[in-house]
Amino acid sequence: MTARMDNRFAALKAEGRPALITYFMGGDPDFETSLNIMKALPGAGADVIELGMPFSDPMADGPAIQMAGQRALKGGQTLSKTLELARKFREGDNETPIVMMGYYNPIYVYGVDKFLDDAISAGIDGLIVVDLPPEMDDELCIPALAKGINFIRLATPTTDDKRLPAVLKNTSGFVYYVSMNGITGSALPDPSLVSGAVKRIKGHTKLPVCVGFGVKTADHAKAIGAAADGVVVGSAIVAQIAGSLTKDGAAGPDTVAAVSTLVRGLATGVRAARLVAAE
Amino acid sequence: MNQTPQPNSFRSGPDEDGRFGIFGGRFVAETLMPLILDLQGEWEKAKTDPAFQKELADLGAHYIGRPSPLYFAERLTEHLGGAKIYFKREELNHTGSHKINNCIGQILLAKRMGKTRIIAETGAGQHGVASATVAARFGFPCVVYMGATDVERQAPNVFRMKLLGAEVKPVTAGNGTLKDAMNEALRDWVTNVDDTYYLIGTAAGPHPYPEMVRDFQSVIGVEAREQILEAEGRLPDVVIAAVGGGSNAIGIFHPFLDDQEVKIVGVEAGGRGLQGEEHCASITAGTPGVLHGNRTYLLQNEDGQILEGHSISAGLDYPGIGPEHSWLHSIGRVEYVPIMDQEALDAFQLLTRLEGIIPALEPSHALAEVIKRAPKMGKEEIILMNLSGRGDKDIFTVGKILGMEL
Ligand SMILES: Cc1ncc(COP(=O)(O)O)c(C=O)c1O
Repeated sequence: MTARMDNRFAALKAEGRPALITYFMGGDPDFETSLNIMKALPGAGADVIELGMPFSDPMADGPAIQMAGQRALKGGQTLSKTLELARKFREGDNETPIVMMGYYNPIYVYGVDKFLDDAISAGIDGLIVVDLPPEMDDELCIPALAKGINFIRLATPTTDDKRLPAVLKNTSGFVYYVSMNGITGSALPDPSLVSGAVKRIKGHTKLPVCVGFGVKTADHAKAIGAAADGVVVGSAIVAQIAGSLTKDGAAGPDTVAAVSTLVRGLATGVRAARLVAAE
Repeated sequence: MNQTPQPNSFRSGPDEDGRFGIFGGRFVAETLMPLILDLQGEWEKAKTDPAFQKELADLGAHYIGRPSPLYFAERLTEHLGGAKIYFKREELNHTGSHKINNCIGQILLAKRMGKTRIIAETGAGQHGVASATVAARFGFPCVVYMGATDVERQAPNVFRMKLLGAEVKPVTAGNGTLKDAMNEALRDWVTNVDDTYYLIGTAAGPHPYPEMVRDFQSVIGVEAREQILEAEGRLPDVVIAAVGGGSNAIGIFHPFLDDQEVKIVGVEAGGRGLQGEEHCASITAGTPGVLHGNRTYLLQNEDGQILEGHSISAGLDYPGIGPEHSWLHSIGRVEYVPIMDQEALDAFQLLTRLEGIIPALEPSHALAEVIKRAPKMGKEEIILMNLSGRGDKDIFTVGKILGMEL
């Protein structure tokens, strides 16, 4: 729906490989470092950027992302500053799609209309809001679509065929398939189960179907990317940041480089994915 | 508030999407949504199933000990010199609080749904104990999430839960109190949706929980209404209850909501005062937001980050409140007021000495409001208060504050 998102997925299709979608938490461990991380992502091989919005009560996240959110909040991150990150990033990159991911309350408190206007002007292409299922579409999904921002829905193993049409109805950009019943940072399930689920969803939609939760290594990316249009990596990146910090939680000398190294590895995974598929 | 058009009945909510006005709803992850719809379906069926209602009533009578007595607090009334004070004695229930009313109802639903594992969150440990109790009674394994801070200050209840066979998991995230325990329970639930039933302990969370918990707790108000009519031949002038998440309060309030002549007062934890952040007065000092599956009043900052509340009582230490209370506040039907830690502590001691009843610190907040109001009311007027739990669990906390050797 936004040109950046459609162009990116069209280009990847032409290239014949899945997207590498990288998540990091806005403001972790501080604004400047996280801006530098964000700027480094495309060069390291990220095709789409998921920009985490920290929330005090991340009910669907495991310890790695919980702690990233706490670091960001402690560093003074707010929703305005997360939008500011995107704005600054856009000064040097008008191609890479940015999807903001998080929970509804900070957006609700910011004000939905004001948030959407500010998100558009900051160059945001899509939103993933964990605690807004289709039953709550009037809150943010419909207003977002009306203003031209993608609303990317999560489909899960509990989303059966009966429910899938409702979940897909107002989805745009891509569909995010959550590989397991669980929280972020859990272990990767059997890739064959995941590819079965991806096929099932593809039977209901023409949108790209990307898979997240549990993807941590280039091998994972390769295995999952064989069937999916994209793989999302979050906890592994966030853990990489955590591992690079100084004792008191400040950015270390290698924080940005550590993320780049990991992402470069993951990028080789997605580039090898379709070779497996072709076997 | 005067301009808000009043509905025909205050008892008809929520609507089919689980909304009380703008409050309530179903703000949950997709993984949980199908299950929540199943639960709603099962609840709709159970509500009108005579067999379910009979089992509930039987267990109420023989396991919980219902009806709980309505007690005229003669010496307290005399001492305060004003309105007649009646207590609805939920502290005499099996396990020592109103929490068991809800647990019995929900465990029967869990059984009907074919679930095989129970999880719960707890603050004071009263809901954890009640959950562990019904899990033992019905043969379910049970995991209780409890903030690490609360594990410490409610040690006797932790021990009870363990004796009952439950696994108590301390939660260290955040401040280690009730909201953090609820986050962790939700994380367990999304991971184990297939076999697990989440037994929420208060009238909050995604639809249908606020409605369901209210209905299970309404037995309090239904009984109290009959009992006061029998004792006094009329309805009370004021009904008062403490509000944490709001289950004991909505339980006693709901049957009186359409009795316009009855004033209804919910008491929030004022902690160390409303100026700073050391309180839990979500309605008095909070703003609307979305947390734990529903829109309601929350303690939060201007960025929508949830604040950690404070209360002397672990059971009121929750930065939100059930959505129906938010609605009742917004339309002006119920008045919500704060009571400070010290006032609750004084009330706790007064009741203990005057009536020989050791109340829990949660209803001690309601009691402190009674103590403020009764002297200003006429001797012919009546206050009904929900004495939601007994204070055995709190004696160590209180002893420590009073500097007593235990
Ligand atoms: C005795 C007692 N009263 C009140 C409460 C507060 O909960 P609610 O507002 O749901 O009644 C608790 C919570 O633990 C409690 O133990």
